[in-house]
Amino acid sequence: MNNILSAKNIVKRYASHTALDDVSLDIPSQSIFGLLGPNGAGKTSLIRIINQITGPDSGELFFEDEKLSQKHIEQIGYLPEERGLYKKMEVGEQALYLAQLKGMSKVDAKKKLKFWFEKFEIDAWWNKKVEELSKGMQQKVQFIVTVLHEPKLLILDEPFSGFDPINANIIKNEILNLKKQGSTILFSTHNMGSVEELCDNIALIHRSKKIVDGAVKEIRKAYKSNIYEIEFTGTMMSFTNSLWTFGKLLEHTVDGDYCKAQVQLVGNSKSNQLLESVLAAVDIQSYREIVPSMNDIFIAKVNEENVVGTQSNFTE
Amino acid sequence: MNKIFLIIKREYLSRVKKKSFIIMTILGPILMAGIGIVPIYLSMQKTQMQKIEVVDESFLFTYVDKSGDTKGLIPEKDNVHFDYPQISLDQARQGFFDTEYDAILWIPQNVLNGGQKGIRLIYKKQMSNSAQSYIESALSKMIFNVMLAKNKVDPNFIKDAKDKASFTMITTQVDKDGNDKKTNTGLYTAIGLVCAFLIYFFIFLYGVQVMRGVMEEKTSRIVEVILSSVKPFQLMMGKIVGIALVGLTQFLLWVILTGTLYSIATVTILKDVDMKQIQQKEQTIKIGADLNFSEMKHNADTGEIAKLWNDFKSVDIVAILLCFLFYFLVGYLMYSALFAAVGAAVDSEADTQQFMMPITIPLILSFVVAQSVIQDPQSSMAFWFSIIPFTSPIVMMVRLPFGVPAWELALSMSLLVLGFLFTTWIAGRIYRTGILMYGKKVTWKELGKWLFFKG
Repeated sequence: MNNILSAKNIVKRYASHTALDDVSLDIPSQSIFGLLGPNGAGKTSLIRIINQITGPDSGELFFEDEKLSQKHIEQIGYLPEERGLYKKMEVGEQALYLAQLKGMSKVDAKKKLKFWFEKFEIDAWWNKKVEELSKGMQQKVQFIVTVLHEPKLLILDEPFSGFDPINANIIKNEILNLKKQGSTILFSTHNMGSVEELCDNIALIHRSKKIVDGAVKEIRKAYKSNIYEIEFTGTMMSFTNSLWTFGKLLEHTVDGDYCKAQVQLVGNSKSNQLLESVLAAVDIQSYREIVPSMNDIFIAKVNEENVVGTQSNFTE
Repeated sequence: MNKIFLIIKREYLSRVKKKSFIIMTILGPILMAGIGIVPIYLSMQKTQMQKIEVVDESFLFTYVDKSGDTKGLIPEKDNVHFDYPQISLDQARQGFFDTEYDAILWIPQNVLNGGQKGIRLIYKKQMSNSAQSYIESALSKMIFNVMLAKNKVDPNFIKDAKDKASFTMITTQVDKDGNDKKTNTGLYTAIGLVCAFLIYFFIFLYGVQVMRGVMEEKTSRIVEVILSSVKPFQLMMGKIVGIALVGLTQFLLWVILTGTLYSIATVTILKDVDMKQIQQKEQTIKIGADLNFSEMKHNADTGEIAKLWNDFKSVDIVAILLCFLFYFLVGYLMYSALFAAVGAAVDSEADTQQFMMPITIPLILSFVVAQSVIQDPQSSMAFWFSIIPFTSPIVMMVRLPFGVPAWELALSMSLLVLGFLFTTWIAGRIYRTGILMYGKKVTWKELGKWLFFKG
């Protein structure tokens, strides 16, 4: 698979601390890539380096196998976490200005802006000053400005913060649409649950270091703990006896003859062996594998690395 | 670079289109023309006629004509009128408040023997300063003439003596080829001070605008979006140049509008004022030519203006104008880069104070130094302050009309350009780090560290 962006051994230091410590990433083309990690992990530093707002102290970046340079700026769209527009400037004028800074011609920008403004139903606001717009509407304008020049790589820092559920959904659909049209999207968020379902690949950053990366499916597979949740009617006694050597009962709840149990496979046992064995003993209502969430994986990984004093708050 | 032009264009248009710019552009010339015209206009306005009752116990200012009427000798002005009723002070004061007179002028008997200090003016309402001083000087001149006559001195002799004692020194500067150069210290001072003030004003006014603009971008967080398209240095320079153009536009408009307003005003309002002035002059001449010593000065007016104009031509206007533009622009560029750095380093206007100090001190200092440089344009203090980049734009402009050796000018200019490159380099480094730094109170030490960060 081709990588639209590769970062190799990026190091960024500030006076008192290291923001990025030997971070390497590969972002495959036409995919959605999630850059996850708690606040202050170094996500924004990395994004600023990709946007060439700042430079790394060491390490290299490649855009489609070419060394990243000023000419790639026009192929990148960036929606920063802290949204902002010139408050006193008119919406249309401002959008045109920002589009031209990304290298679009005025005519082209005007045409495409018209299309997007109609799509988002904000064309009546063209001549209004930004400060007259609601926050949600300003966010829409900013989103349009980010995607207007049809960048190959779209970098969205906390894209859903500040949108109400309806607008968040509109934005989500647009993002999927853009991916279909060939764009690559790089998400950055500390709210891991929000983008997990969208992402093809992720990288977890913690304390300036990348601790996990890869395809979401692979990571899940690697971190699955072979735990199954079984709901059944019958007695706990006959259920426990039926487990044999295939599984180990972790916990259970009983409500009359309705029981719920979590069982972990033991040794090389297969899920089917466990199922067959308990099938004979009790009346199965549901049987499913418990898949670890990114949040769980993150915590597991952090513990594994034995990083002391983690004060991260992963879910909002 | 195409993008820097986009930035300059936005900075320029967004400011020029503002209401405050348009208001300032219109108001400025009105205020300036007003400063020039209003005092003249006001002074020409007729003040209310003052009727004054003269009680002259010295009989120095009155005489009885053939028909037996008492006539006064005090020359009148078109808003001061004197009557000479034959009454005593007590009589005059009795029921004075109900009379038509505004004041009683009492002149005691022994006015020629120190009694002039007892001359009193008794009024109902405070009289204008001009009327009071007119009466004073009129009486004083008459006493003066009487004293001359008493001692058998011809008043014309005194006038002649005064004429002969009055002069202005002609100063001549000689260059190394032995050729004379005409000089006019007053004119040079004026040209130098005006230029210096304009530069000072421009740097302050528009430097602060640069700072505000940078802060606006930082606090509204748009800066991150823009920096993903252009380099920090482009954004900073685009803003500085854009605002410089705004300033130049405003000055140009002011000059044009002020000129137009002034010429319109002179044609309409001041024209008939001038006529009055001339008529008035003629009157005073008729009443008592020898009373008015200032007359000869008035008569010399036209000659004076011609002389001033000649001196003005002797100043190398083109050279001064070119130097002015150079110091004006490069001085602004040097300072505004620093203002931009301050804007980038802080989060709010309140935090700017500590960083503004070192920028404003050399500016204010050079303006203070400029005042003493005028006294001695060739002193070593004048030399050093006009060479050091931070003070040279203002101090050198003051020295220039008096003549500055070419090498000094060249040194000052090249140092200023170096200073500009240096401050821009420093400012660029502080700017690109500070503009993305939020919620942190920045110290001087930290600013120093920013200089050595890698981009």
